Amino acid sequence: MGKSFAVVLVVIALLSAIPIITHHWFGTGISFALPEDISTHGHAIDEQLSETMLEAGISFLAAQIVLAVFVWKFSSRAANAEIKTFPGGAKGLVIAALALVGTEMLALGVLGQKAWASVYFTPAKPDALQIQAQAGQFAFYFRYPGADGKFGALHPDKIDEGNSNFFGLDPANDVESRDDIVTGELAIPTNREVHLLMHAKDVGHSFYVRELRIQQDFVPGLDLSVHFTATKPGRYEIVCTQLCGLGHYNMKAYLNVLSPEDFDGWMKQKAAEQ
Amino acid sequence: MSDVSVHTESAVQHHAPPQGFIRKYVFSLDHKVIGLQYYGLALVAVFTGMVLSWLMRIHLVWPNWPIPGLQWLSKVGAPGGVMTPEYYLSLLTMHGTLMVFFVLTNAPFAAFGNYFLPIQIGAEDMAFPRFNMMSFWTTFVAFCILIAAFFVGDGPPISGWTAYAPLSAVGAASGPGEAVGQTLWGLSIFVFCIASLLGSLNFIATTLDLRTKGMTLSRMPICTWAWFITSCIALLAFAVLLPACLLLILDRVAGTSFFVPGGLVISDSLQPHSGGSPLLWQHLFWFFGHPEVYIAILPAIGIVSHILINSMRRPLLSHKVVIYCMMGIGFLSYMVWGHHMFVSGMNPFSSLMFSFPTLVITIPATIMTLIWLGSLYGSRLRITAASLFALGFISMFVSGGVSGFFLAQPSIDIYLHATYFVVGHFHMVMGVAAIFGIFAGTYFWFPKMTGRMMDENLGKIHFWLTFVGTYCIFMPFHYLGLAGNVRRYSAFVDDYLVPLIPVHRFITIAALFTGAAQIIFLYNLVHSRFRGAPAPPNPWECTSLEWTMPSPPPFDNFGGKHPVVYHDPYQYGVKSSTGDYLMQDSPEQAQT
Repeated sequence: MGKSFAVVLVVIALLSAIPIITHHWFGTGISFALPEDISTHGHAIDEQLSETMLEAGISFLAAQIVLAVFVWKFSSRAANAEIKTFPGGAKGLVIAALALVGTEMLALGVLGQKAWASVYFTPAKPDALQIQAQAGQFAFYFRYPGADGKFGALHPDKIDEGNSNFFGLDPANDVESRDDIVTGELAIPTNREVHLLMHAKDVGHSFYVRELRIQQDFVPGLDLSVHFTATKPGRYEIVCTQLCGLGHYNMKAYLNVLSPEDFDGWMKQKAAEQ
Repeated sequence: MSDVSVHTESAVQHHAPPQGFIRKYVFSLDHKVIGLQYYGLALVAVFTGMVLSWLMRIHLVWPNWPIPGLQWLSKVGAPGGVMTPEYYLSLLTMHGTLMVFFVLTNAPFAAFGNYFLPIQIGAEDMAFPRFNMMSFWTTFVAFCILIAAFFVGDGPPISGWTAYAPLSAVGAASGPGEAVGQTLWGLSIFVFCIASLLGSLNFIATTLDLRTKGMTLSRMPICTWAWFITSCIALLAFAVLLPACLLLILDRVAGTSFFVPGGLVISDSLQPHSGGSPLLWQHLFWFFGHPEVYIAILPAIGIVSHILINSMRRPLLSHKVVIYCMMGIGFLSYMVWGHHMFVSGMNPFSSLMFSFPTLVITIPATIMTLIWLGSLYGSRLRITAASLFALGFISMFVSGGVSGFFLAQPSIDIYLHATYFVVGHFHMVMGVAAIFGIFAGTYFWFPKMTGRMMDENLGKIHFWLTFVGTYCIFMPFHYLGLAGNVRRYSAFVDDYLVPLIPVHRFITIAALFTGAAQIIFLYNLVHSRFRGAPAPPNPWECTSLEWTMPSPPPFDNFGGKHPVVYHDPYQYGVKSSTGDYLMQDSPEQAQT
């Protein structure tokens, strides 16, 4: 029975590792690879993930296989077989754990800071494109400041979805809000930093774009922001990752990354529609 | 750890044999009956939670398939047996709450702890038997309040077991289940906290005060240590969740704004709140929530170590190192709660401060794993249903542990947060591993608790199906997470999620099979209770005090005597008149 345990365990460990190593779920064409990174900061996260995958994978396989080998070897011994002590005893193992795992964790911790810092510790550049994102049950809306470069003030009491006043703007009295462009998709130019000013209308939500390697919660009452630079034109999905109510699964928008020329064209077209 | 635990008789709780059915089996003061009551409650909760997970898994992959009978549970939530997206979230909330509070906290800690902690230290009962009875019945009330949420208004809350504000705090406006259901949830957890505080105080007082002659702290079995350390963690953790739940209830029913800021507009209507902070709820909740993970897993670590030592016929390479590791984990568990909040909008510098201790927890966890593996080396391992589950625990603990490497790092968490990777991680390390601990404990202690042996063959079949099944369920969760599959979705409609549905289908089928395999366990439990072979006092040739008495133990445990302890807890691999082991209360000296 101990031997069957060992065999089953090794098979499980190896089978578990295969989809990670190959990124594939066999016979179906389903891929678990991370989608291509389209941000300037994402490669640091991806590298950190690969390093961690390597260390976690080795630890996983080593521990499972050692467990299997020991159960195989020592489960079928005679009742009077001599009890042996692992060479080095507890002291050796504690030192090994401290040295190996300690360094491993320290390395991951220190290296990982760089990737984290690249997203969060540098402020957005002053000339970054400012866009406001609003999350509400169950849609994202985006607002561009328009030709005057200024966002009009928000008046929560003026929010009226029926009349498409999603942000609660007051164009009748507020000049700055008159040229604000409000859209349901996030269009951004390539190679220009975007400073996304995040604002939750009702409950908590989150902004997650896999390809951008960005995830940030919208927290009601808190003005949060993220900044990123996209490098590759295309259409990507923005999904909500913070449980926000019954329509959570269906809360999404598109990120439209355009070349700078196309973006200018898009902007002009939207301004004309306004 | 000096030899100072010699107690006068006055410190020991005496009570007369209970008379009548009610005092014997319902409002019993006997820690053993209370332990079994906790176990029974956990069993009801775990099967309810499991059925809920079945319903959710079926809905995820066959959304339009009517589930027979579901419409009777909720006409609104599942018209014609097909559940609505909001009912999916209701079941998700109830599944998480039942499993975390009423199974993972109750079974390994309250159930086995209640039954065996007093016996293992040579006490006649807990320090405060009446408090003990109260903690169980308070827990029971909490359970009833939670279950009541199924039958009120528009059903159970939809905000998940973490009940993030403002979704959980603003009332019916934010969605179905957020009216009475959410208030009942808050009340249930509030009451549960009271019960847990009473229980942990009792465990601590009992361990410190009621040890019999010779039972020094260092002679306590490893599971007693685990229950003791867990009590200390629980005392601090539930003490924070208790007021947090109270504030949440006040936000909901008394118009306060602890967790709700001003200016929120829900369905075009401005909410009458101002000045609160949603992050405050997250901080308070996770200050409890992370230690809670260790409240679930430490008792399992203790139980599994106890069983492994007995099956290996040798002590661990170091008893003390494992205890220090458990203490280290308990201490660190209070410094890491922010790793649940890396992308929550809290100060990004604090993420690094939370990441570091999280990574450091790997060290005691690795040391423990290496001690288990190192102790297996050169042992005479006996394979039983209990030891198989204990070995399976190690495997699960490792699998669930290594995925923690990823989530401990804020940079990687940007990508993996709120994906199925997290679901796979915590189900393996806190869910399945702890459940394996419960199974191991059940197969091991059932003879003592009932006086009858469980069927070993059925136990082994149960192990194989559960072991392979849980890997089939929870490993693929990690792959889905790497593909960016968001959790808590009641359907996968995003372009990039649709292609992943076949993997979900595989998981659902595995979950149905693995769940069905638990019927073998249930059958074994019930059948052995009445038809099992009579259990001798010490069927596993174990050394600790619970095996010195008849199975099941008499109401006063040691028959009015006070056992005297002469040895460290695990005298295995020695030569003695009993064989290769020496009981803790045997005055005989071992020859090696």
